[in-house]
Amino acid sequence: MIDEPREIQAERRVRTVLVHGRWTGYRMLLMARLKEMFREPEVIFWIFLSPILLALGLGIAFRNKPAEAVRIVIVQQPGSERIAELLGHSPDLQTLRVAVQPPAQADLNFRLGKFDVELVPRGAGVEYVYDPARPESVLARSLADSALQAGAGSKPAVSTISRVNSEPGSRYIDFLIPGLLGMNLMGSGMWGIGFAIVEMRQRKLLKRYVATPMGRGDFLLALATSRLILMIAELGLVLGFGVVAFHMRVMGSWWAIVLVSCLGALSFAALGLLTASRAQKIETVSGIMNVVMMPMWIFSGIFFSYERFPAAVIPLIKLLPLTALNDMLRAIILEGSSLSSQGAPLAVICVWGGISFFCAVRFFRWT
Amino acid sequence: MLEQIVVHCRELRKTYEGKVEAVRGIDLTIYAGQCYGLLGPNGAGKTTTIEILEGLLDASSGTVEILGLNWRENAAELRELLGVSLQETRLSEKLTVRETLELFGGFYRNARPVEDVLDELALTEKADAWVGKLSGGQKQRLAIATALVGNPRVLFLDEPTTGLDPQSRRQVWDIVRRFQSEGGTVLLTTHYMDEAERLCDFISIIDHGKVIASGTPAELISGVGGHHRVEFALETEPAVAAEFWRTLPGVGGVLSEAGVTALTVEEPHLTIPALLTLVEQNGWRLNQLTTRQSSLEDVFVNLTGRRLRED
Repeated sequence: MIDEPREIQAERRVRTVLVHGRWTGYRMLLMARLKEMFREPEVIFWIFLSPILLALGLGIAFRNKPAEAVRIVIVQQPGSERIAELLGHSPDLQTLRVAVQPPAQADLNFRLGKFDVELVPRGAGVEYVYDPARPESVLARSLADSALQAGAGSKPAVSTISRVNSEPGSRYIDFLIPGLLGMNLMGSGMWGIGFAIVEMRQRKLLKRYVATPMGRGDFLLALATSRLILMIAELGLVLGFGVVAFHMRVMGSWWAIVLVSCLGALSFAALGLLTASRAQKIETVSGIMNVVMMPMWIFSGIFFSYERFPAAVIPLIKLLPLTALNDMLRAIILEGSSLSSQGAPLAVICVWGGISFFCAVRFFRWT
Repeated sequence: MLEQIVVHCRELRKTYEGKVEAVRGIDLTIYAGQCYGLLGPNGAGKTTTIEILEGLLDASSGTVEILGLNWRENAAELRELLGVSLQETRLSEKLTVRETLELFGGFYRNARPVEDVLDELALTEKADAWVGKLSGGQKQRLAIATALVGNPRVLFLDEPTTGLDPQSRRQVWDIVRRFQSEGGTVLLTTHYMDEAERLCDFISIIDHGKVIASGTPAELISGVGGHHRVEFALETEPAVAAEFWRTLPGVGGVLSEAGVTALTVEEPHLTIPALLTLVEQNGWRLNQLTTRQSSLEDVFVNLTGRRLRED
């Protein structure tokens, strides 16, 4: 009774079936990953917009502007008019802003930083009141002094001429852009991979994937590829922005820059994979990642040179992957160094990436 | 024709972290074309058992053979032949239904065309909607679709209808029946007795990591001692032992709970008149008298003294 319909059913089972090649799964994973990322508005902001906004803000705040006028206050008492007149004859008149104020008011305004130096007439001479801890005050004292001496007719002992040189390359923005690029590659590598994985684990999606014939290597390869595609976009955007908006000059080869960025992106992706290899919750992994990234934000020379730290710790700082990446990017972009001259940082970044990847694969938990 | 064994496991045990023994020696034999149900309360070990069979958990001891293959040596091959739906997978919300099926289909060497699966699971209308926008029933149908798109021979469904509305549950049942009618073999877990009763050809009732009874739904129910239940309550409970009621004709089992006495009977037309006569003779008053078909719930209560869903 039961067997007979089953025979018929067996025939009905003939269905249209697609035959998939070796790389279909990988291609589908990669496409799914990219689609998911670009459908997440936050991703677009954090990866693409935030470095641009940061560069723009810092670039404007720290732009190299013409030296500000030196602000001088002369205390109003006998002799103050003569001093004002002497300053009026100074060849640097355009850069001086001179005011005459009663003693109490002059003292107060100097203390509040509204003036850089206070001139007090003392008989035929002048007393300078300045603050050695304020660079602009030191500068103002020496400018006021040379203006007074020149106004009084003293001749310089050595003849000097000045030539202006403010070519791109030495400005703060030139230093900043490669650092921002490095920071961005670190951030998006770690968040991009680590978050994605822990989220999938939390949703039991990883478990669901391994219940299919999906190649586990294909899964990791698709994640890495998605990182590289995004990396190209980040690189183009951040560096392109520096070139277009701040007339940065890229001295080294673009190929070297792309290669170093690839290494950086992959290395931080591996580190992200490691931090996410066992975590079950987004909160856990975000905590671990902050602990891992914090030292690099501080020490790796994103916003200022790590040379400012004590000489004893600099060799350690140079062992951090972001330091290596930033150093390489700056050397290639700003100094036009070749890739072959970057042996040490290249080794640092490869070792970090390699060890992280090895450990991540070893400890990785799919369920 | 000899029926082909599809899933065969013996003495399956799983101990978590050396302490909790979730599965304590389970044997299952599932034949081709069968819809096999693991019925039991939450925490009975159903999910652990099915995940061992799916190759997602390693058993502490015991053997598993599926289609003549085992997880140690033929894992890659097995995964091509099985379709799995886990208890709580949340698929990527920002992919569309079609993209999700294309992704899962892409993992299999031989997959079914996505349009066919969409059509079969009544998801064509939602094909281009994001997964995050689907209703609970649609999400569950999609979860089953991701299992079917690989053209599996065996389908494992862990609690496929938990939390669904009645209409969505029936849709899931139809999907399972259709897969079965096309020659597929199904193993599902459930804690809904009606689901097991209507959908499954063969059931193993699991409690505390062990199979406490198995058989076809009809066999299990007749095993309680009768196909009918007569339940009654008296105004004042007489001081008689439960055994007293066994003297009535045709009573196969007696169970008293909260003032209600339930008799399992084979022939209610003999038992009920006798019961009414007895009540009248003793001057008792009936507060309640109902009669209904026995269910798997009764089987479970009979075996464990507990209800299936303690909620």
